[in-house]
Amino acid sequence: MKREDPPVILDSKHLGLLLESLKKSGYLTVGPTVRDGAIVIDEIDKVTQLPVGLTDTQEGGTYRLQSRKDAAFFAYNVGPHSWKKFLFPPEQRLWTLKKNGTKFQFVDIADNTTRYAFIGVRACELQAMSIQDRVFQNGHFQDSHYMNVRKNIFVVAVNCTQAGGTCFCTSMGTGPEADTGYDLALTEVITGSLHYFVVRSQSRNGAKVLEALPHKPATAAQLKTANEMIAQAEHEMGRSLKTHNLKTLLYENYEHPHWEAVASRCLTCANCTMVCPTCFCSTVEDVTDLTGENAERWRKWDSCFSQEFSYVHGGSVRVSAKSRYRQWLTHKLGTWVEQFGTSGCVGCGRCITWCPVGIDITEEVRRVTNGK
Amino acid sequence: MNHADNPLLPREFRVSKIARETHDSFTMELDPAKGAKALHFASGQFNMLYAFGVGEAPISISGNPGNPRTLTHTIRVVGPVTKALHGLGIGDWVGVRGPFGTNWPVRESMGKDIVIVTGGIGLAPLRPAMYEIMENRGKFGNVVLLYGARTPNDILYEREVKKWRSQFDLHVNVTVDRAAGKWKGNVGVVTTLIPNVHFDPYQATALICGPEVMIRYTVIELRKRGVASENIFVSMERNMKCGIGHCGHCQLGPHFVCKDGPVFRYNQVKRLLDIREV
Repeated sequence: MKREDPPVILDSKHLGLLLESLKKSGYLTVGPTVRDGAIVIDEIDKVTQLPVGLTDTQEGGTYRLQSRKDAAFFAYNVGPHSWKKFLFPPEQRLWTLKKNGTKFQFVDIADNTTRYAFIGVRACELQAMSIQDRVFQNGHFQDSHYMNVRKNIFVVAVNCTQAGGTCFCTSMGTGPEADTGYDLALTEVITGSLHYFVVRSQSRNGAKVLEALPHKPATAAQLKTANEMIAQAEHEMGRSLKTHNLKTLLYENYEHPHWEAVASRCLTCANCTMVCPTCFCSTVEDVTDLTGENAERWRKWDSCFSQEFSYVHGGSVRVSAKSRYRQWLTHKLGTWVEQFGTSGCVGCGRCITWCPVGIDITEEVRRVTNGK
Repeated sequence: MNHADNPLLPREFRVSKIARETHDSFTMELDPAKGAKALHFASGQFNMLYAFGVGEAPISISGNPGNPRTLTHTIRVVGPVTKALHGLGIGDWVGVRGPFGTNWPVRESMGKDIVIVTGGIGLAPLRPAMYEIMENRGKFGNVVLLYGARTPNDILYEREVKKWRSQFDLHVNVTVDRAAGKWKGNVGVVTTLIPNVHFDPYQATALICGPEVMIRYTVIELRKRGVASENIFVSMERNMKCGIGHCGHCQLGPHFVCKDGPVFRYNQVKRLLDIREV
């Protein structure tokens, strides 16, 4: 249920209370934390596990953590992980089957009942979740594994007050401010010695959690500061993409020579599809144990960049790297619109940052559409 | 959660009959487990067949939609799953998910001529349409079946095709790519049969299933006869893992072949068939 309460102020020293309160309510709190030199998303128990005082610099094929002079919790841009790893896990058992004499019996269909509280979801990521909703629960067929987790999540969104070098959410109309799809949305403000959050609640759950935390009404000046910081992010976008008529332009350029030029750099490593918060392709693996009595089916993330992906008897449909890159990009920005009524891209920039050779979706689109 | 809610969960079926078709294909009949409901299907749809522990493969339903209690599948043995299915005996267990996908527009074509053009195992997903047409034979005009196989030994449902060929109310023509010895029939690709067969191109629905190259040339020949492209329907094949439009493997441009197809109006895929590796 969407509702909007007047924004309030939560002092930064009370952020831990938010985590505790969510945990007490039975949520598994997951959020940003540093691992292997990057800000990833994982289980967190306390605020000290957040990337306190850290930020990142991102460019095509480049990601570096850097220290800040303050103790900001959320002053970074999105890292290699996205929330899809909880809603649509990289590896997931779909069911277990047991031979029982001559009968077969499904013994487990892996109903995940974990209730996640997502801490620090960015506006582009809220949109990514809404896009995956269209794939997994709003179509003719529903994925019960996805829906089981999805229906129970508590979302603490964080508005971006800075943009990364590969960000282009404003082009895609998805950010930098969280608009819908959250329970609570925070804007982190640091001015001089003051460090606080402007908090908006958009659900009954959100209001309930917020009520129990020490808070006070936000003043007009505080709201103005927060809004200015979000506007700052809007002006800092490292990338941009023209979306007008993009689907048609891509349909007209299936045979553009630039696809070949991208293919000469593309390693078909699939990194872009793994870090993409909306890519939903998967494969299944069927396994048995040594007794041959028990079988399982696992679903695993798959990528249109592999040759096996399009294999039918006799060979693969998309053999060349060119055709695979074209499939990915044309799907993401073109055919996706026909399939789900929305672009598949949220402008998070992950595919640019995490491409080992720095292939840049915004630049490749410009070339393929001749800058139109 | 039960099966009705979860399209990812196979249902239990038992092998009730197995028949060899050609050196590399066989037909398998499946009956639902005791007390379980039949799966109603339409001609042109497919099921995901699961061999215990080995995996799943999308296989067209080739039986009679009027008799949904038995699921009939004609399977070419080409990979691990089809090989495992081939190794099963009467009474063995097969997992079935489905039926999935779109169907041939048989009912919508009543009052018109029907032209079926197919090659190799492509006859399997068209056999349900043939059954449907034959059961309502009076409601259609001329019915033409043009079938191409690699060699005389690769002709699917040979006895049935011979029977259809002997009927006065069907035009059935078979050709093979190459033949030796006793074969006295046509030799050449199936498209060579199209110019000389009797039907009204302006009042016909064409149903095509076969390799993409065959589809392309068949369409050219049908268009030459005057069949409008909106009256041509094709069945497409792509890699499939889920059957419900979630796994992404079967994409053909904007289409998920598993749920928007496998049967498409030719106009829907016309442009895509002309692009390589799409």
